[in-house]
Amino acid sequence: MTDLIRHTAAELATALASGATSSVEVTQAHLDRIAAVDGAVHAFLHVNPEVSLAAAKASDARRKAGDILNALDGVPLAIKDVLVTTDMPSTSGSLILQGWMSPYDATVVTKIREAGLVPLGKTNMDEFAMGSSTEHSAYGPTHNPWDLDRIPGGSGGGSAAAVAAFEAPFALGSDTGGSIRQPAHVTGTVGVKPTYGGVSRYGAIALASSLDQIGPVSRTVLDSALLHDIIGGHDRHDSTSLRDEWPSMAEAVRNANVKGLRIGVVSELDGEGFQPGVLARFHEALALLEANGAEVVEVSLPSLQYAVAAYYLILPAEASSNLAKYDSVRFGMRVNPVGGGTVEQVMAATREAGFGAEVKRRIILGTYALSAGYYDAYYGSAQKVRTLVQRDFDVAFANVDVLASPTAPTTAWKLGEKLDDPMAMWRGDIATIPANLAGIPGMSLPVGLAQEDGLPVGIQFLAPARADHRLYNVGGALESLLEEKWGHTLLSQAPVLMEGAR
Amino acid sequence: MIATSHPLRTPGEPTNPHRDKLEIMSDITAEQVRHLAGLARIDLSEAEIASLTLELGQIVEAVASVSSVATADVPITSHPIPLVNVYREDVVADVLDTAQVLTQAPEHDGSRFKVSAILGEEQ
Repeated sequence: MTDLIRHTAAELATALASGATSSVEVTQAHLDRIAAVDGAVHAFLHVNPEVSLAAAKASDARRKAGDILNALDGVPLAIKDVLVTTDMPSTSGSLILQGWMSPYDATVVTKIREAGLVPLGKTNMDEFAMGSSTEHSAYGPTHNPWDLDRIPGGSGGGSAAAVAAFEAPFALGSDTGGSIRQPAHVTGTVGVKPTYGGVSRYGAIALASSLDQIGPVSRTVLDSALLHDIIGGHDRHDSTSLRDEWPSMAEAVRNANVKGLRIGVVSELDGEGFQPGVLARFHEALALLEANGAEVVEVSLPSLQYAVAAYYLILPAEASSNLAKYDSVRFGMRVNPVGGGTVEQVMAATREAGFGAEVKRRIILGTYALSAGYYDAYYGSAQKVRTLVQRDFDVAFANVDVLASPTAPTTAWKLGEKLDDPMAMWRGDIATIPANLAGIPGMSLPVGLAQEDGLPVGIQFLAPARADHRLYNVGGALESLLEEKWGHTLLSQAPVLMEGAR
Repeated sequence: MIATSHPLRTPGEPTNPHRDKLEIMSDITAEQVRHLAGLARIDLSEAEIASLTLELGQIVEAVASVSSVATADVPITSHPIPLVNVYREDVVADVLDTAQVLTQAPEHDGSRFKVSAILGEEQ
């Protein structure tokens, strides 16, 4: 088999089953690709070829013995550095955790290991997942494979870029306000934020616990579904984990059909503030769905105008609490001030040295929002907005099966362009944040290139809580319709990365 | 009992003289930022305090809109999909031993974390 890196995870599974290739061969091909292009892309923070190849060898042995663990046994994947792993460092993109080795695996990591998947490495991210560009990583930014001078989105820019650059067929990500979906939008890939509680967060380094969710990142809707089926389900280690029996997401893709599907277009996310090329591709995609039997109606979510503000109170408040654990005592960095000091002075010196500017900004904001006297006005009010956003969604989903919007207002911007204006970057999260506030699932998938800059555009679908399968149905259907129309995949149009550059 | 994690309210200063009215004041001062940094245990430099004072003022103004719709009749949502009474079997399971816990400690004596003085001079 040639050009192994160009195949989807589903295709690799078929090739492994037929004996056309081996896990060692597939894993080595991806490691070679990482060695060739990651100097330019910088999607990975850590790669350990020996560990990956040992896992691949074990998979090949299982297959030879006839006892594979899962249909995807032997297929490699990348893991966002927010997820803790026992055989690779886990830093969450922060200096304060540089080199830190977890004594246990995140539940989703355990699940992919138990399915026989082969971890390729840990992917880059904004520090503690705070950011929309990966520029806030303490280890330097990731570059968008479509244009290396542009952002790959964030916080999960590493996982999205790895998949877009054919360094991994799929990857694990985390989404607190769009960190899976917005990188998918700007890199021409697929990303899914499952229903809150649908996938275990045990071992995911916490950012904002009432918003965080783990999910799949891939080049095709089917691959995300296959990974979702592996990582989903109840986990007794996570008390927010739902006990639902979930239908197969992969089956939803394979049986995708939009005939009679009611799609609500969110009027607040269609027009002003959105790039013309983003809107053009979005409306073409809707027309295609309509031509194939879907019914498209307009819906309004009036509370959306307060969603970004509420999010940027709730997230910093919860983050300031979650990040209190980096205290220089039990794990992570310790910086001793000159001349020594009390444990509190050591703690303050460590946190000054170990946290980046965006993390400090949000911790200070969160500490302010939770302060006595301000708590009700800020955190309390933001939690009320959350109720209003949920009510808006309830009303909307009484009349439609899924909601649709562009995933983000613009295509990928230039690295550095918004770095000095944190609020500008935050406003770009307007379309993705509401799903996290309400706990509902969302998906982004590519719908073409914006005419003004030739960069990828994503459509976002949202479904009611626990109806993740609807996303895979509509996403799977749209993907086939678009590829049939184009005669190719979107990523096949990406510029060829110069191997060995930088 | 609701088995979900709620962020802790930070006790102490600063206090808002308009607290009963839920008004949002965006008069952030350098002194306030210095105080918040102390509460958050981050040794900010003077340059960081200056830039954060400016940014925090702008941010607080931008997020103030939440209080305009957060009327008394709207209940709060602390958790998107609330679960009540999440119990597990009362058996010991999945415990890390002391050696595992200490492997990543900055300093330890084999059975305990080691830190510098806990009490400052003023205590």
